[in-house]
Amino acid sequence: MLSEDARRSVEDSIKKYSQKKAAVLSTLHIAQKEKGWISEETIEEIAGILDIPSIEVKEVVSFYTIFNLRDVGKYHIQVCTNLSCSLLGSRHIVNYLEKRLGLGVGKSTEDKRFSLSEVECLGSCGTAPMMQINEDYYENLTEEKIDKILESLGHAQK
Amino acid sequence: MERYLTKNFDVQDSETIKVYLSQGEGYKAVENALKKMTPEQIIDEIKKSGLRGRGGAGFPAGLKWSFMPKDNARPKYICCNADESEPGTFKDRQIIEKDPHQLIEGLIIGAYAMGVNTVYIYIRGEYASQAKILQNAIDEAYDNGYLGKNVLGTDFNIDIYIHRGGGAYICGEETGLMESIEGKKGQPRKKPPFPAGYGVWGYPTTINNLETFSHVSHIINRGADWFKGIGTEKSTGNTLFGVSGHVKRPGVYELPFGVSLKEIIYEHAGGIRNDNELKGVIPGGSSTKILTADMIDVRMDHDSLMQAGSSIGTGAIIVMDHTTCMVRVGCVLSHFYRHETCGQCTQCREGTAWMHQIIARIEKGEGEIEDLDILLDIASNMEGNTICALSDAAAWPVQGLLRYFRDEFEEHIKQKKCPFTDSFLV
Repeated sequence: MLSEDARRSVEDSIKKYSQKKAAVLSTLHIAQKEKGWISEETIEEIAGILDIPSIEVKEVVSFYTIFNLRDVGKYHIQVCTNLSCSLLGSRHIVNYLEKRLGLGVGKSTEDKRFSLSEVECLGSCGTAPMMQINEDYYENLTEEKIDKILESLGHAQK
Repeated sequence: MERYLTKNFDVQDSETIKVYLSQGEGYKAVENALKKMTPEQIIDEIKKSGLRGRGGAGFPAGLKWSFMPKDNARPKYICCNADESEPGTFKDRQIIEKDPHQLIEGLIIGAYAMGVNTVYIYIRGEYASQAKILQNAIDEAYDNGYLGKNVLGTDFNIDIYIHRGGGAYICGEETGLMESIEGKKGQPRKKPPFPAGYGVWGYPTTINNLETFSHVSHIINRGADWFKGIGTEKSTGNTLFGVSGHVKRPGVYELPFGVSLKEIIYEHAGGIRNDNELKGVIPGGSSTKILTADMIDVRMDHDSLMQAGSSIGTGAIIVMDHTTCMVRVGCVLSHFYRHETCGQCTQCREGTAWMHQIIARIEKGEGEIEDLDILLDIASNMEGNTICALSDAAAWPVQGLLRYFRDEFEEHIKQKKCPFTDSFLV
């Protein structure tokens, strides 16, 4: 179940549109921020709030890549591997993160703290290579920078 | 050369209304437009200025505005396209982060000119911090009487709402964007009907790129003739060029249309890293056809790039030095379009998948020489045969790479491996 606060934010976003259904993306963002991912139960709840069949929530949540359809780590690390980042070494960034976290792309650490994904262009081409962790951007990445970021997120030094 | 879009970017707290108002011209354009100009006069001024869309297609903005019905029988909408997902493009983000009030001014003026009371800013879902900055700016504009009911004491009402996307490139296509606002999958609609007749929820709608709206207050303040004096005859004004890849100073540069690509790369962006040799340049975002090193005297405007066989697109310049494997470039780009096709047209859904599969095979050293003609055949079947332009956008970069770097594809096939072992690993 979504919290009272989340329900209030959903009510606010419904007011922006002439039809309730339009608030489905906002509602999914609010739910994901609170839960970390979108479960079947959340889909049913959102369908109920917006008065639409749950299939209409499902087709949206499965179309837009930003929504996680399964539980991800507390910190979801997403590395851009599109062209500008690739040219400046995003492959190396992915390999380094795999080594540091001991996991492959698409996987999560056993303690559920970190997940690693490759994503398409995030609009940071002038500050490549880059990654996004949850909602925050980290740009002009180097190995040293990644070490510091992981340390700040509680990942022990190698 | 005067910078007007980015002139406050280096000022402390430039995203706040306090700084915006203290710069002298802040919200003067809204005041003049609402109190001294009729909607028709504004549309005429934008038409006269020659302002063209900055989102890729370059459609004349004033003409687009004039397509909206003049009566107010039904609700009308503006959508501001801040989906910014064309690989290589990172300019709209800078306006949001550093000077969002010039955007809000442009939206208010556009809404007044078209008789619109509701504006949606469609911002890509990943721009979470930018959405916050923008919401703060919108809140400030409400608090200062520039948004809401009876703007500046007139009978004009306007609300601006932010709509966050969900990480789908296709939502940058205008009808995909409208579907997404309605809370659906972002699958583009057939045109006609065009948005000015049948847009969001079936009501008249105008969609412009975020940068396009950001030029408007400057045109109102200083006149169409001033704007027309910048750039070239058919590509007027300054524009934001985003330079990325193998240059010494990547970043966003505000320059007039018509500046040479060479000047942008070697003067503004500082030249190629380690003074390496230049190999190729994508001039306008990932969908535009690549240019070779000997083509960079080209002027960066709509007509010149079309003559050069490419397009200005979003002005996103991706620079590649001699270490770059062009097959790998094709592999990365075709993977992107395969990932982003919405799947409703067969040519695009199947074509993007096949193209990526074949290029990936060649990159691994498992390609056949016949693959090259198959790629061109697939590309030509993808062009002009689908509901929207994503299919074309996927075909063009492959055609461009095969036009100028076919020998490199052949070399992969002959050697049965990628000859550039260190490419992309820096």
